[in-house]
Amino acid sequence: MILLALILLPALGALGAYAHRAAAYRTVWLVTTATLHLGLAATCWISRPASAFNDWVGLDALGLVMLSLVSVLFFVLATYTVGYLRTENPRGGRAFVSCLLAFLASASLVAVSQHAGLLWVGMESTTLAVAPLIFHKHDRRSLEAVWKYLVISSVGIALALLGTFFLATAQSSGSGTGRPLVLNDLMTNAHRLDADWLKAAFIFLLVGFGTKMGLAPMHTWKPDTYGEAPSPVAALMASALTACAFLGVARVTQVAFAAGIGGFARPLLVGFGLLSLGVAAAFVVSQRDVKRLLAYSSVEHMGLVALGLGLGGVASYGTVLHVVTTGLANALLFLAVGNVVVALGTSTHSEVRGLLTSLPISGGLLLLGLFAVTGSPPFGPFLSTFTILSAATEGHPWITAIAVLLLAIVFAGMARMVLEMVYGEVGPSRRKPRESLWLVGGPLGLAAAVLALGLYLPGALRQALGEAAVLLGGRTP
Amino acid sequence: MQRVAELLLLLIVLTNFAVLGTARLGTCIRAIAVQGLLLGMLPLALHPAWSVHTIGLATGTIVIKAVLLPRFLAWAIREAAVRREVEPRIGYVASLLLGAVAVAVGFATAQALPLPDAAGSLLVAVALATVIVGFLVLTTRIKALTQVVGYLMLENGIYVFGLTQSERVPFMVELGVLLDIFVGVFIMGIVVFHINREFDTLGDGKSMDLAGR
Repeated sequence: MILLALILLPALGALGAYAHRAAAYRTVWLVTTATLHLGLAATCWISRPASAFNDWVGLDALGLVMLSLVSVLFFVLATYTVGYLRTENPRGGRAFVSCLLAFLASASLVAVSQHAGLLWVGMESTTLAVAPLIFHKHDRRSLEAVWKYLVISSVGIALALLGTFFLATAQSSGSGTGRPLVLNDLMTNAHRLDADWLKAAFIFLLVGFGTKMGLAPMHTWKPDTYGEAPSPVAALMASALTACAFLGVARVTQVAFAAGIGGFARPLLVGFGLLSLGVAAAFVVSQRDVKRLLAYSSVEHMGLVALGLGLGGVASYGTVLHVVTTGLANALLFLAVGNVVVALGTSTHSEVRGLLTSLPISGGLLLLGLFAVTGSPPFGPFLSTFTILSAATEGHPWITAIAVLLLAIVFAGMARMVLEMVYGEVGPSRRKPRESLWLVGGPLGLAAAVLALGLYLPGALRQALGEAAVLLGGRTP
Repeated sequence: MQRVAELLLLLIVLTNFAVLGTARLGTCIRAIAVQGLLLGMLPLALHPAWSVHTIGLATGTIVIKAVLLPRFLAWAIREAAVRREVEPRIGYVASLLLGAVAVAVGFATAQALPLPDAAGSLLVAVALATVIVGFLVLTTRIKALTQVVGYLMLENGIYVFGLTQSERVPFMVELGVLLDIFVGVFIMGIVVFHINREFDTLGDGKSMDLAGR
């Protein structure tokens, strides 16, 4: 029942919020729903809800970690949005809050679905829920961004649907493979699946969900979309949406490894991972807008995640942790940049200087986020990156060498831009910037979480990560 | 009924070529409407024991793919006042040749990946060929509306493949059809509504360009 409530609560919240004309009531709906959702997710840690609806929904360790991540991120974003809507007036008006809540509902569906078809439905609705939120500014670039996002991610969704059909075919070609597309039955009868169809399914699902993750070369929508979307939406996409997409890829990987086609799947994952790292390193250097820069940083992280999935072993553990830590760090950065945009009206690198003087808290958060997201100690992403790369060192030292080199380039590219924005001479200020508590409270909390995860992993989280790693064919370090 | 299904599948391939070979958007839309109609008849031919599920799927598909979406597209070209595709990235003759290659690839893949019931191999071939042709139209044509047609073809190909599984995995095919509507409405809403409005108010004479790429 809790599983159902996790989905229905935000869905009802979306309807409730839409019914109100006054913006203040809508934000009340938003924050209340986010808080209740967070509470529900927290109860799942105390006692894991049983599978329901003929095993179509359930909560394994992997789903639990992603659900909690989405819930925490959404809560932070909800509080941020309260402050954001006071100063900015994003397009969509009444629908803005409702779309956010609809996203939460569909992301919860992705987290709890134990059925490949249901997973696809959830994934599709996350894409569609955020689509109306991206079109923000009335100009050609913004329009192109939405167009690109819709077309590319729709194609991704379509390919994933085809992949899901292939998966069903792989199952029906074997005998005694259990209920169609139910993850539990797919896993227990994995060796009976038709290997050729499963390979085809793996490719299509990897490309389809990988498009949503933003793996190169399907990442091309990412910089445009993140650059044009309002900051809270970009933060949500860079953290919670990619976490959902990761879960999609992880589910396929899970089945592929269980069926013993790891020899086919691993090189693909590692290849996509390294390519994404390479693309991120190549493009991060030449960016002029900090939100686009962050988009490439997100491509980099998705690359690392794919790499970790492919490597297996300890890297699986690091991968799940990496999705959590960089999700928090990316959201932190986008919200900090959002504050810059709110205060100065731009996120273009050349127009922003001396943030530590003009916006001390957001500037500081940006600086901290920079070090966190590029994997510097003592922050969480360092721990996860280190775990992934240490697994690579055992079998394939060359992968570690390439990855470290590319990560260093990304760090240099990002540091150059962010440091210039944070330090540097303050230009003539156009208006007096003010940092409201709503706008800095959430990011401060995220910063604390990113730092805390780097220093200490709570026992329950460590256990869940370990279980998730085992699901992905890996182990606890 | 098997013969009818084969005939329908071959006609679907022909509609693919009709879209590939024409510069006129009107023809594209008519071709996609005919394809939708054929797709709607396909489940009836494939599953001769007409269950409620089959008939519902056929009716829904025809209503959406052969009537609603083409109408919407036709409305969109009227609103945007586009008639013809501008010079595509790959010429029409080359597109037709690539379409033939797509069919060949479809058949080759269907040979390599046999379905449990032998009847499905033509189905798989046509499905993959349609997916590839849809992808081709989506990536090589300039006008946003033609790209939408390409996307719908891609979805149609997936629908054909989905029919092999529609008895075992209920509702997935139907959901795919729903996706068409969502995406169609979203994309078209954005394209026609916003692009025209934004660029008319900006006085941008290129409003016909529909987002350019």
